Formats: sequence, C-alpha cells, structure tokens
Amino acid sequence: MLARRLIPCLDVRDGQVVKGVKFRDHVVVGAIETLAARYRDEGADELVFYDITASPSDRTVDCRWVERVARLLDIPFCVAGGIRSVAAAEAVLGAGAEKVSVNTPALTDPSLIDALAHRFGSQCVVVGIDSQTVVTAEATRYEVWQHTGDPSRARSTARSTLAWVREVQQRGAGEIVLNCMTNDGVRAGYDRAQLSAVRAVCAVPLIASGGAGTAAHFIDVFTQCAVDGALAAGVFHSGAIRLPALKRQLAQAGIPVRPCSL
Amino acid sequence: MSVVIVDNGGANVASLRYALERLGTTALLSADPDCIRAASRVILPGVGAAADAMARLKRHGLDAVLPRLMQPVLGICLGMQLLHEHCEEGDVQGLGILPGVVRRLRLPACLPVPHMGWNQLAINTPHALLDGLGTGPHLYFVHSYALCPGSATIAQTDYGVPIAAVVSRANFHGVQFHPERSAAAGARLLANFLALEQ
Repeated sequence: MLARRLIPCLDVRDGQVVKGVKFRDHVVVGAIETLAARYRDEGADELVFYDITASPSDRTVDCRWVERVARLLDIPFCVAGGIRSVAAAEAVLGAGAEKVSVNTPALTDPSLIDALAHRFGSQCVVVGIDSQTVVTAEATRYEVWQHTGDPSRARSTARSTLAWVREVQQRGAGEIVLNCMTNDGVRAGYDRAQLSAVRAVCAVPLIASGGAGTAAHFIDVFTQCAVDGALAAGVFHSGAIRLPALKRQLAQAGIPVRPCSL
Repeated sequence: MSVVIVDNGGANVASLRYALERLGTTALLSADPDCIRAASRVILPGVGAAADAMARLKRHGLDAVLPRLMQPVLGICLGMQLLHEHCEEGDVQGLGILPGVVRRLRLPACLPVPHMGWNQLAINTPHALLDGLGTGPHLYFVHSYALCPGSATIAQTDYGVPIAAVVSRANFHGVQFHPERSAAAGARLLANFLALEQ
C-alpha cells in the first residue's frame, strides 16, 4: 500500500536552516547537512529545501549545498525558491535533487511549468501555492499570494486558488504543495476545509503545508483530506514531534506509513 | 568491477552515482558502445519521455548493443520500461528484450497520477536481487506509465492496480522504483545487483 509521506521542510537562508512565523522573524535552527542527516536517519520520507532568500532577491539557488545534500541523502528531496528558468532547474536536478518546486516564478510566467514538464517530465515538477482564505459576507474563497518569502513584497495575486490548481495541472505539474497561509507557523492544525476543496480538483499528488502542531493534526489531515503527504517545519526542528513516534501514532490510527528502518 | 551508467540524456543521474559511491563503487556515465560492452555491470537509468530516450539510444547504436549484452544489466524506472517491447507513451518501440507493453496507469478515480511515493513490494519469486529485503519493503516510486505483472515479474506492487515492480530474465533486470532514492532497502538492492554472479 502506498505510504502517506511525512516531509520536513527546511527553509534555507545563506547556507543555514532558519524558521520564521508567518514568513517573518527568522531564527537560525542549524546547519543544512546536520538537519538533513538527522531527518534521513529518523525516517523522513522526503525533504523539501526552500531557499527563502532566492526568489525575492532575484538570485538562483546555490547548487553547491544541493550537491552536498544529494551525496548525503538516500531519500528524495525537492528544492524550491529561485528556480525561474529551465536552466536553473537543470542545474538543481543535475546536482542531485529529485524535484524542483516553483511558486512565484510560475505565477509571473505560467509557461515555465509547461517548459519544465516538457524538458524533465511532470514527475520532477512541483508547484508550490501560498493560499489565503478570504471570508466575505457572501462566501469563503481562496486566493493565491506571491513573493511570500519577503514580507515587504508579499501580496495577493487576486487569482482563485482552485482555478490556479486546475491550470497548473493542465500545464504539467506533477505534484502540488498547498501552503495555507492563515495556518502557517501557528500550530493550530492544517486548514482541512481548504485542503479538501483543493483535493476535489487535484488529480496529482497533493501535499498539505501550514499549521502542524500535534500528531493529531497529521492524523486529521490524512484521514479527512486524502492528502498524499504532510509537510511541516517548526514542530520537527524543535523536536516537539519526532518522526519515529509520529509514524507509530499514524500506524495505530490505520494510516499507511513507511516504517523508520529496513 | 566496472559499472557503466548508460547516458540517455536524463538530467538527474547524479543521485544514482552518489548511491553507488556510498556502496564504494564509482560509475562511469557513457553512451559509447565499446565502453558499455566492456563494463562488468550496466545500468540503464531513465527519467523523462520514452520517445526521447529511445531516440537517443538509437542515435548511439545502443538499440542493437544493449539486447546483446551478457553481463548483468539493470534498468531503472523508464530504463526498466525500455527493456520491454513497446511503450504507449509516444507510441515507441522499446528494446524488446522482455515481453510486454508499457501503458499509462489507468486507476480508480480517487488515486492521483503520477504514482508517487513509498510503496510496498510483494515478492513473487525469490531472487538474489531481492535478498535481505524482508517482507513488504517500501521503495520509492514515481511514474505515470507501468507494466502489468507478467512472466518476467519477480516482485509487484499495488496502487489500485497490480504493477510490475521488479522484472528479471537471464542477465536483464529492471526495477520500476528508484533504488537510489529508496533508503536502506534501495541500497541493499543496488548492492545485490553489484554482487550478482555473471
């Protein structure tokens, strides 16, 4: 049976892993390789490295740490942030990443998704979406934000999240990571209403992001939203949740997981 | 031991090279027929589209070279698919070493495509390639096309439909998953491949 994936996300800035709350106030939590090896050994199913300085400041990802991580890891990992061309993606994949994730550059130029899928295949192309819930008197809707790595530039695109989810699949996205901004960093649980709404229009793997605080939050998102994986940062970095214990709890709740060792 | 990874134009063979390095083996990346014929192990990787990969193999004359190899050969993911007769993706002839047609996954509506993530093997036929993997090991899969289990299938997985996960006939072997990204279980399979008798 296909296991549900648990995916620690490492925000990388200037060669170190950092953590912020609602994309602000970043503090250093450790060296990239130290944390990557720790999560590998603890049974992470996949890692995401998000270069949070890359996209806002128009830099591309530094491939030297990507290569060092690739030599270390025997599980898949994805690199996000600063990938705005086929050439940049080729460099990251060539350094040993399994997938690349695009967010703001895909909003600026949606044909980037087509170009990446054509060159490398959909299985390498993840689209990250930062989405905010907008509640009005008439209805609840979801809106895509961009430039979220930089609080001074972050803004709504006024695009409908559900429409964008449909479009990126047509363009060749092989996986979608939905970061629910309202819940991000506050550890009150994943945004299950939004994730369920997106799941209904998403035929490729869907990864939940934003809001994990307890093991129960993971159990809830897997049992109620049919997501393929759950991504989290703070609760893993702080040690508040350890992967082996979390996997045991998920297994007890009847959720298929990959055991932590052979 | 000389290990050659067939260069068929994929962007990411780095992870495979690093996985072999972790096992103490330095692999050479090559599309040269003489170099491939002389290797003691040949790995046919593959990420991308079947038609592009076959076109590249033909350009180097490898569609004639690969089926005649006598040393152990391992196809990975698309490389495994190309060992077979035909690929529905791009409607392209494969190498025809193993019987079967690679088709687009047709799944119950609730299951996402690609089939992406860690899935379990059910071993049908014990084989040296699968030694030490235990019962129901998890391996990392990512693919949208697949083979039904057939006469060469020695292990399969289930994703709404049964999928050929490991195939083997004589010196030709193939895995639908990515052993280089499959933690200890994947490393064991690669080590088993390197240790196969000629």
